[in-house]
Amino acid sequence: MIRLTVNGQQHEVDAEADTPLLYVLRDDLGLNGAKFGCGLGQCGACTVLVDGQPVFSCLTPVSVLAERQVRTIEGLGGNAVQRAFEDVQAAQCGYCIAGMVMRATALLEHNPHPHEDEIRAYMSGNLCRCGTHMRILEAVRQAAGQGVKP
Amino acid sequence: MNTVLSRRGLLALGGGLAVAFSLRAEEPARPGSLKGTPSLDAWIRVAPDGRVTVFTGKAELGQGIKTALLQVAAEQLDVPVAHIDLVTADTMRTPNEGFTAGSHSMQDSGTAILNAAAQVRGVLVAAAARDLGVAAETLTTVDGTVHAADGRSAGYGPLAATLNLHIDAEPTSTLKDPSAYRSMGTPMPRVDIPAKLTGGQAYVQDMRLPGMLHARAIRQPSVGAMLLDIDTGPIEAMPGVVTVVRQGSYLAVVARKEWQAVKAMRALEAAAQWRETASLPDQATVLDLLAGLPSRVIPVLDWKGRAGAPMKRLKARYTRPYLMHGAIGPSCAVAQLTDGTMTVWTHTQGVYPLRSALAGLLRMPVDRVHCIHVEGSGCYGHNAADDVAGDAVLIARAVPGHPIRVQWMREQEHTNEPYGAAMIAEVEGAIDAAGNIVDWNYGVWSNTHNRRPNVGGLMLQNAALPDPLPVPPPAPIPMPEGGGERNSNPIYAFPNAKVVSHFIPEMPVRVSALRSLGAYLNVFAIESFMDELAEAANADPVDFRLRHLKDERAKAVVSLAADKFGWGAGKRGEGRGFGFARYKNLGAYCAIALALRVEHETGRIRLGRVVAAVDSGQVVNPDGIRNQIEGAIVQAASWTMYETVRFDRQRILSRDWSGYPILRFPAAPESISVHIVPRPGQPFLGTGEAGQGPMAAAIANAVRDAAGVRLRDVPLSAVRVKAAVGV
Ligand code: FES
Ligand code: FES
Repeated sequence: MIRLTVNGQQHEVDAEADTPLLYVLRDDLGLNGAKFGCGLGQCGACTVLVDGQPVFSCLTPVSVLAERQVRTIEGLGGNAVQRAFEDVQAAQCGYCIAGMVMRATALLEHNPHPHEDEIRAYMSGNLCRCGTHMRILEAVRQAAGQGVKP
Repeated sequence: MNTVLSRRGLLALGGGLAVAFSLRAEEPARPGSLKGTPSLDAWIRVAPDGRVTVFTGKAELGQGIKTALLQVAAEQLDVPVAHIDLVTADTMRTPNEGFTAGSHSMQDSGTAILNAAAQVRGVLVAAAARDLGVAAETLTTVDGTVHAADGRSAGYGPLAATLNLHIDAEPTSTLKDPSAYRSMGTPMPRVDIPAKLTGGQAYVQDMRLPGMLHARAIRQPSVGAMLLDIDTGPIEAMPGVVTVVRQGSYLAVVARKEWQAVKAMRALEAAAQWRETASLPDQATVLDLLAGLPSRVIPVLDWKGRAGAPMKRLKARYTRPYLMHGAIGPSCAVAQLTDGTMTVWTHTQGVYPLRSALAGLLRMPVDRVHCIHVEGSGCYGHNAADDVAGDAVLIARAVPGHPIRVQWMREQEHTNEPYGAAMIAEVEGAIDAAGNIVDWNYGVWSNTHNRRPNVGGLMLQNAALPDPLPVPPPAPIPMPEGGGERNSNPIYAFPNAKVVSHFIPEMPVRVSALRSLGAYLNVFAIESFMDELAEAANADPVDFRLRHLKDERAKAVVSLAADKFGWGAGKRGEGRGFGFARYKNLGAYCAIALALRVEHETGRIRLGRVVAAVDSGQVVNPDGIRNQIEGAIVQAASWTMYETVRFDRQRILSRDWSGYPILRFPAAPESISVHIVPRPGQPFLGTGEAGQGPMAAAIANAVRDAAGVRLRDVPLSAVRVKAAVGV
C-alpha cells in the first residue's frame, strides 16, 4: 500500500512502487486532469504540482510522495488561471490545457507579475500542437492581474 | 418514406408553410449533407417536453464544431442552445457524413442542419397555425414557442408530438434574414471547454468502463518486420497481466492496470526478436528518389490567352519533407465484444469508413461493428486514431466481454503514424515589360494524400497478421479538391498558365492526409514565386498580387490584411512577408502579413507581429474562426521553421519530441490578430486549413526581405538559414 495526499485528501493505493504518479492519479484515483502525452518529460501534458512545484507526473514515482502535497486541476476549484483560460477560450483540442493551467498556476503563485519573457520561458516545458499558444499566454497575463494564491 | 409522399404529408398540414416547395419532377439537389440523408428527423428531433436533439455525422476534433452546429440549430429553430442536445458521429445514431476532414464540416453538416432546422421550424409553425386557426405569417417563434398576435402560444414539444418529422427535406428552405441573427455570427464560448479545464471526462483517453482492462500493442520496429520466436511465458506471469495476444507478427498484452500493461509491453519489446529489412529510402536523397519514380500525369489546367511579350523569365523548385501530425495525446481507443457485436469508442475522423475497415480486419459483418466517436487529442488529419482502434478490436476479440482500452506510447505514435507526404513543386513564370505575369508553368510531384482506412487492408495491423487482406492501390483525389495538386491551380488571373500534377503511386514511406494536404506546399510555392516575380518586376508584393487578382473577395481579404498590418507604411528590408490563398479555391480566403527578424549568428527566425484576414462566408462563431486561424498560423510556423521526419534505411528516427522538435512558447509570434470579413447570408466556407499555406509563404517571403536570402525548401531551419546568410 502506498500513501499519498492529493488535493488535500489522503489516499492509500495498491500500486507497485515504481508506478509513476500519473498512472496512480488516472487509474487508481480516477482523476482525468493529468494526461499522458509522452511519458518522457518532454511535453508537460501530465503536469501537476508537488509541494507547489510543477512536476512531470509521468516521471515521478509514486513511492517518493508520501509526505508531499500533490495538487491537480481537479483541486484548483476554479482559480483565476482556470477562469482566465475560460474567458479567453484558450483551448482547441484542449489535451494540453490541464497541464498548461497547472504550470501557469505554479508560476503565478511564486511570481504574481511575471514579464512576458518570464512567462514564455516558464511555460516552455509544455507543448501544444494545436497552436493555442497566443491564447494561453493571454490567459496567463490576464490571470496575473488577478492574484493567484496557493 | 419517399419524396412524393413526404411532400403530400407536408402539404396536408395546410397553408402558410415556411418551406418553399419545388414540384418539378427533376428537383434540384438538397443542400449540404441533406443530399445523402434527406429525412428531417435524421438531423433534428423534438421531444414532447420541447428538448431538441440535433444529429451530425461530423466529429469534434477541437475545432469547435459542436458549438458552431449548436449555434446554427439554435438560430434557425429559435430554441436556446441550452435546450439542444447534440449527438455526433455514431454509426447507429447519426447520418453518414464520411470523414470530418477537408474543412468540410460547416459546408456539409452545417448547411444540412441550417436547412433542416429552418424546415422543422416551418413545419412547427404550420402546425401551430392550423391549431390556432390563424395564418402562419402572423406567427412568431421565440425560445421554442410559437406565439400568435393575440397572445396565444404553442410550445414546440406539444406541437411536435402531433407531427411526423420523418419526411424528406425540401431542396430549398426559407431561412431567416441574416440581419435578424442572434446566435449565428456572435461569439459563443465553446461548450466542450469547461470539462477540459476542470478535469472532467472529455476524451476517449478518460473513459473508464466497468470491467475495463488496459492493453498495449508491441509494434513492429520497422515496416515489414517479422516476429521470430518469443517466449511470452515469463511475461504472462507478470503482476496484473491477463493475457498476451499473438497473431503472426502482431503482438499485444492485456493487464488489469495501465502501468502493468506498460511494463509488460516493455518486457515483450525486450524479449521479441525481429527480422527486419532495409525498407526505407535514403533520407538525404529522398526528394530526388520521389521525382524519379514512375508517376501518372494529371493535367490540372491549361489557359491560353493573349499577353504581352515575356521580358524576364524565372524558374524555381520548392520542396517539403515528410511531416508528422504529432498529436500531443497519443491515440487511444476502447473496444468491447459483447453478444457478437464489437463496440468501439474512437477518435477517428470517420466512424462509418472505420467501421468497414474494422469489420474487414476482424472478418466480421459490418453491422456487427458499432463505432462511436469520442473526442481525442487534436489530430490534424489521418493520424493513428484509426490504427489504435484496430489494436483495440483485435485485443477485445481475444478477451470477450471486457472493455479494452489501448493507448499508444509516444514512440509508437511518432514512428507509426502515417506522415504528410514529402513533395516537390517546380514553377516557371515570365513577366512582360509592364511587370505583368504573362506565362506560368507549374508542376507538382506527390504521393497520395489519402490512405484513410475504409477496408481492412489499409489498417496498420494488416501487414502483421498471418493472413493479410489485399491492400488497395493508392488513388489520387480528383480536382477541384485535389490531393497533391490541392491549390496547385493559382487563384490569380494569368493569361497563360499550365499546371500538371505528377501522381506517384509508390510510397517509400507510409503517408496519408495531413492538414491541408498538398495545399501547404503548393501555396508555399505559388506565394513564394509571386514574391520572386514581384521582385523581378520591381513591384510591391501586395500591389503585385492585387493587380493579378480578379476575384473581389480575394482582393478584399488581401487588402484587409495589408491595411491592418500597416503594410503601406512599411519599408523594404524590415522583414515583412505576405502570403495569400483561397483554400482549394473553394473554401475560406486567408491572407497573412507578418514581420520577423533573422538572427544572423544562429540563423534563427524570430516571429514578430502576425496579422491575418479571413473570409469564411457566413460566420457562425467568429471566435471559433479566429481560434482556428491562430492555431493554423502557429502550427504552420512550426512545420515551416523546424520539422522533418528523420529515418535511416530501416527505422524512423524521429521517435519522440527530442527527435522531432516542434515550436515551443519562446518561439511563438509576438502577437497574432485575425480580422474577419463579414459575409452575411453567404454559404459557409471551411476555415480549418486555410492558414497553413499562406503562413509558410509569408515566413519565406519575410526571410527574403529581412536577410536577402530566398529559401525554397521547408523547413527553413536555423541551419539552412545560417548557411544561406553566410555571416
Ligand atoms: S507526459 Fe509527462 S511530460 Fe509528457
Ligand atoms: S489545445 Fe490541442 S494540444 Fe493544446
